[in-house]
Amino acid sequence: MGRVSETQLNNKKNIARASLSEKQVGRRNKKNLFFKSVIILGTLISTLPLLLILFYIFKQGISAINWNFLTHLPSPVGETGGGVSNALVGSIMILLVSAVIAIPVGIVAGIYLSEVKNSKLGYYCRLAVDVLQGIPSIVVGIIIYEWVVRPMGGFSALSGSVALALMMLPSIIKSTEETLKLLPESLKEASLALGVPYYKTILKVIVPTGISGISAGVILSIARVIGETAPLLFTAFGNPFMTTNILDPMSSLPLIIFNYATSPYDDWHQLAWGASMLLILMILILNIISKIVQRKWKVQF
Amino acid sequence: MESAILKATNFNASFGENHILKNINLEVHKNNVWAIMGPSGCGKTTFIRCVNRMHELAPNATAEGSLKLKGEEIYEMNPVMLRRKVGMVFQRPNPFPTMSIYDNVIAGYILNGIKLSKMEKDNIVETSLKQAALWREVRSTLYKKGGFLSGGQQQRLCIARALAMSPEILLLDEATSALDPISTSMIEELIHQLKSEYTILMVTHNMQQAARVSDKTAFFYLGELIEANNTKTIFTNPKHEKTQEYITGHFG
Repeated sequence: MGRVSETQLNNKKNIARASLSEKQVGRRNKKNLFFKSVIILGTLISTLPLLLILFYIFKQGISAINWNFLTHLPSPVGETGGGVSNALVGSIMILLVSAVIAIPVGIVAGIYLSEVKNSKLGYYCRLAVDVLQGIPSIVVGIIIYEWVVRPMGGFSALSGSVALALMMLPSIIKSTEETLKLLPESLKEASLALGVPYYKTILKVIVPTGISGISAGVILSIARVIGETAPLLFTAFGNPFMTTNILDPMSSLPLIIFNYATSPYDDWHQLAWGASMLLILMILILNIISKIVQRKWKVQF
Repeated sequence: MESAILKATNFNASFGENHILKNINLEVHKNNVWAIMGPSGCGKTTFIRCVNRMHELAPNATAEGSLKLKGEEIYEMNPVMLRRKVGMVFQRPNPFPTMSIYDNVIAGYILNGIKLSKMEKDNIVETSLKQAALWREVRSTLYKKGGFLSGGQQQRLCIARALAMSPEILLLDEATSALDPISTSMIEELIHQLKSEYTILMVTHNMQQAARVSDKTAFFYLGELIEANNTKTIFTNPKHEKTQEYITGHFG
C-alpha cells in the first residue's frame, strides 16, 4: 500500500479550503433560505382554500342553524322557517344501511388481499378495487338505477345505500389490506403454533390487532361518501317528508343542498347554506373520530 | 430403553426445488434437552419447524419420510391438534399485543375456545408463569397489556404461554438470540429447571449455550445430520471432522 505523503495531504486540505470561500457559503445560505420559504409558501397556499371555504360556509350557514332547523320539516314556498330534519335523518339512515352492506364485504376482501400475496384472484381483485375507486360517482348512480331502482320499480333509500356502499368499498378494502399487511408475520405464527386454527387466528388475533386501522379506514370511507350527491339523484331521489322506510324515496343532506341551492328562493338558499354547514361539520367530526380511534385503539407491540 | 418421544427416520424436507433436510435420522428421548447446532442455512430451523408442521405454511414447502411423535406419524396428524402438543418459542418475542399478560398465558385456551373455570385459569396462569420464572415480576400487573415488558420478560411470557398448554415437546428457535446476556442466562436457567418435566429441542448459534444447557447435541451441516450424541462427547471428542472444525471455530 502506498503511503500518502505529508505534502499531498496538505495540498488536499488547501484545495478543500480554497474551494469553499466565504462568499460561496453566503450564497448557499441564501439559496437555502429561498428554498425554505418557497416550501412554506406552497404549504400555506394549499391549506388556505380549505380555511377560506370553511370560513365562508360557516359565515353563510351559521344563521340558518337553530333548533327548528334540526327538528322541523322543510316549509312550503312562501313560508319562512322550516328545517332539514328529514334530510338529516335520511342521510344518517342511508349511510347506516350502506355501512352495513359495505363493511363486512370490504373487510373480508381486505383480509383476503392481505393474506394472499401472489394469486391470480388477488391480482384481479386489487386491479378491480383500483378501477372501482376511479369510477365517477354519477356513473355509479346510473348503474344502480339500472340494476336496483328499475327492477324494484321505483326510487328508494335502499338503492341509494347500495350506490354509496359501492363507493365505500374500495377505501375499506384498501385500508384493511394495508393495515393487516403491516402486522408482523410472527403474530400469526404465534397463534398457529398454539394450535389455533387458521380462521380463528384471523378472527381473534389478526383482526383485533389491526382494529384501529380498519375502523379508522371505515370511518374515513363514510366521511368520503357522506357528501356524494350524484348517485343519490338516481336512487334515493329525495322526499319532502320524514320517512324511515328504506324502501321509500328518502331525502338526504346533499340532495337537499342540490335542490335548494338551485331554486330561485332566498329562504331556500339559506337552508342550503345551513345544510352545507351541517354536512361539513359531520365530515369534520368523522375525521376527528377516525384520528382518535387510530390513536386510542392503536396496539403497542 | 424407553421408546423415543420424537423419532425421525429418513426424513426429508424442501422448499420447492431446494432440498433443505436430507435423510435425517434422530431419536429424542423424554426429558432430554437437545441443542441443534450448525452454520446458517443448514436446516436447523426447518427441522424444528417440521416437528410442529409450521414448515408447511411456507409456499411450496414439502416433507417426506417419517417423523413420529410418541409413535404417531406427525404428518398424518391434524396440524391443529399436533401444535397443541408441541409448544414453540420463536426467535423474537411475540406476545399477543391485544391481550393482557394473564390472557396471553392462557391464549392457547382462549383462542381455541376451550372453556375453563376461573380457578383453573388462575391455576394455569400462576403455575406457567412460575415455571417461566416470571411470576414475581408480573404478579401485580397481570391484567395489563404486555407491551411495557422488556424483551427478556416478553420472551419468558411466550415460554409461559407455550408451557400453559402442557406440551409434550418444547421447541425453542434461537429463543435467546434477540436478548441481552442477563435475560439469556435467566432463560438458560429456566431450561435447566424445565428439563424435569419437558422435552426440549433448542436451535442455537451459541456454542457455549449449547454446552451449558443441553444434554444432547445434534450437528447439522448442509441439510445433513452429521453427528448426534451426548453434548459432552460432541464437545470433547467429536467423531466427525466437520463437527470438530465447527466447534473449534474453523467455519460457521
